[in-house]
Amino acid sequence: MAEPSKIVIDPVTRIEGHSKITLHLDENGRVADAHFHVTQFRGFEKFCEGRPFSEMPSLMARICGICPVSHLIASAKACDALLAVKIPPTAEKLRRIIGIAQVVQSHALSLFHLSSPDLLMGMDADPAESHLFGVYARNPDLARDGIALRKFGQLIIERLGGKRIHPAWVVPGGVSEPLRVEDRDAILKTVPEALAIALRSLVWLKSTTERFCEEIEVFGNFSSLFMGMVKGDGGLTFYDGDLHFVDENGQTVAGNLDPARYFEYLGEKVEPWSYLKSAYYLPKGYPDGIYRVGPLARLNVCTHCGTPLADKALAEFRALQKRAVLSSFYYHQARLVEILYCVERIEQLLNDPEILSEHVRAVANINCLEGVGVAEAPRGTLFHHYKVNDQGLIKWVNLIIATGQNNLAMNRSILQVAQYYVRGNKLTRGMLNRVEAVIRAYDPCLSCSTHALGQMALSVQLIAPDGAVIDEVGRPR
Amino acid sequence: MTRKRLATVWLDGCSGCHMSFLDMDERLIELADKVDLVYSPLVDAKDFPPDVDITLVEGAVSSEEDLHKIQLVRSRTRLLISLGDCAVTANVPAMRNPFPVQAVYDRAYCENATLMPGTPHDAIPRLLPYARPVHEVVHVDVFVPGCPPSADVIYYMLIELLEGRMPQLSAKTRFGA
Repeated sequence: MAEPSKIVIDPVTRIEGHSKITLHLDENGRVADAHFHVTQFRGFEKFCEGRPFSEMPSLMARICGICPVSHLIASAKACDALLAVKIPPTAEKLRRIIGIAQVVQSHALSLFHLSSPDLLMGMDADPAESHLFGVYARNPDLARDGIALRKFGQLIIERLGGKRIHPAWVVPGGVSEPLRVEDRDAILKTVPEALAIALRSLVWLKSTTERFCEEIEVFGNFSSLFMGMVKGDGGLTFYDGDLHFVDENGQTVAGNLDPARYFEYLGEKVEPWSYLKSAYYLPKGYPDGIYRVGPLARLNVCTHCGTPLADKALAEFRALQKRAVLSSFYYHQARLVEILYCVERIEQLLNDPEILSEHVRAVANINCLEGVGVAEAPRGTLFHHYKVNDQGLIKWVNLIIATGQNNLAMNRSILQVAQYYVRGNKLTRGMLNRVEAVIRAYDPCLSCSTHALGQMALSVQLIAPDGAVIDEVGRPR
Repeated sequence: MTRKRLATVWLDGCSGCHMSFLDMDERLIELADKVDLVYSPLVDAKDFPPDVDITLVEGAVSSEEDLHKIQLVRSRTRLLISLGDCAVTANVPAMRNPFPVQAVYDRAYCENATLMPGTPHDAIPRLLPYARPVHEVVHVDVFVPGCPPSADVIYYMLIELLEGRMPQLSAKTRFGA
C-alpha cells in the first residue's frame, strides 16, 4: 500500500445531517489537517423570493424537523419587525414556553438518542449496539428517561401548537390561539416528572463523565470566543436580549450588541469543500475570530440562569474548569443544565396569571421593508433577516444558523481528536468513533445549517500526501 | 413472526419525518422487539446492507448523492416507503426548481458571504437541476403523505406491513397533515 495521505469517515452517523470527515496525513502518517464536509444544500435563501411574508414562519420551519420552533420564532420575530408591532405580553410568554419546550426535546434527543451509547458503552463499543435500543438493553431506565424527557417537550409543543412537528401556531404579530386552561393544567402536571428525570440524568452524566478524562482533554479543548444572548441583567435567555462575547478567561470581549445588527460583527467564509459556511467574529478576522455557540457558550456567557435548580447545576458546571469551560465534551452537561432551567421556567411562565389572556396577536400591515429576528435555538443563536416590497413579498433572505457558527470550532476539534487518536494508515472503530463523537458533542444540525442538508450520516476519508484515498469508512455507494 | 429488517433513509428533507418516527416514544421499544433497525441516521451502520425488508425514505431526490443512494437502497429493499410529503411530491425541496441551480448557489455562497465567495465544489455532491419525488426515480411500494405523517400513522403503517397487510392510509393522513 502507498504511504497514506487521507482518511475518510463517510457518513458520520448519529448526527442530524449529511456529512463526512477527511483527515489529511503527512509523510509520517500523522494527521496534518481535518475537514468536516457538509454534503447537502437546499437553497431556502433563494426560493423564498416572491413568497408572501406571512408564509415565512411555516415555510422556514421546514428547514428543520428537529428545531422547527426556533425557526418559527426567529421568522415570526423578523415578521414582527416588518409589521413594526410590539406583540402582546402574553403572546411573548407563550412563544417563550414553546421555544424552551423545544430546547428540552432537542437536547434530550442529542444526549439520549444520539450520544448516550458512547457515554454508556464507551467509545470502543460494538457499532451493532451503539444506538438507543442498545442503551435500552443495558440500562432500560436511562433509555426510558430519554424517551420520556423528549416526549415532555414534544407534548407541550403539541398542546400549544396543535402538532408536535411543524406547528403553525407562531405567527407574525404573536400566536394564533390563546392557551386553554385545560392545556395549562395538563402541562403543569407533567413538570415534576420531567424535573426528576433531569436531576437523575445529571447525576448519571456526572458519574459517567469521570471515565472520559482523556477525551475531555482533547475533545475541542482550546481557547476560543463564546457568544450567546443574555437578558439585561446578564441572565440566560432563549427568546430576547443582547448578544455578548466572552473569551477563554470568561472576560467580556463585547457586550450589549444589538442582534439585529449582526452583520457589523459576524462574517461568513465559504469553504470550497463544504456546503456549511464558517462564521467568525469580524473584529478579530478569520480564523482568529473563531467562536462557539450553543449550550456550552450560553453557560459561559450568562451570569446566572435565574431558576433555583439550574443555578445550582450551573455553579457545579462552572467549577469544571478554571475560567471559562473550554472542553466541548462538556456540551453534554451544559445541555442538562439548560434542560433543568427550561423545565423550571416553563412552570414559572404557566403559573403567571396573564398566561391565559386572549390578547395574543397584534394585527398590522407592512410598515418596514426590512426585518431581523433573532432567537437562541437549542444549538445556538439563530438569525433570520428579510427584505420585502410594499406588498409584503419577499425580495431577499439571509439566514445565519447555529451550526455554521460552530463550524470553525468543529473542524478544529476534529483535528485535535484525530491528532491524538489516529495513527498511520489503518482506521479502527475506536479512533473513528471518537472523531465522530466530538462532532456529536456539538450536536450539529446540518439540515438547518445549510438550509440545505440531509443525510444524517458522516463519513471519514484517510488521504495521502499525494491526494490518494487510502482508507475510507463509508457512505453507501 | 421472524424479525424483519428495517431501514430509514434521509434524502433532501428536514428530518421532521425521522423526528415523527421518534415520536412513537415508548412504542419504539415495542417495535425493537419486532424488527432490527439495520440502517438509519440513528444507528452506526455506514453501508446500506442487503436484504432489507422495509425502508422508509424521507425527502426528495435533490443531489447526485441522493440519486445514487436511492438506487442502491431500491436494489436492496423489498418494500420501499415514501415517507412524508417531500418523498411523495418533492414538496418544499422542489420550491427551488423554478430557479437555475447556479442562482440558488449564488445567493447562499456568493451574495450572502463575507470571505472567499464561490460555490463549494470539492468533495461534496452537486445539486441535480431539479428536486424530484422518489417515485420519479425508482419504484415506490407505499406512499405516506404528511408534513410530517404523525407518529400514530407511522406506527399503524409499520404494524400493518409487519403483519403482511397493505396499510389503508387515505383516511388517516393527507398532504400537509
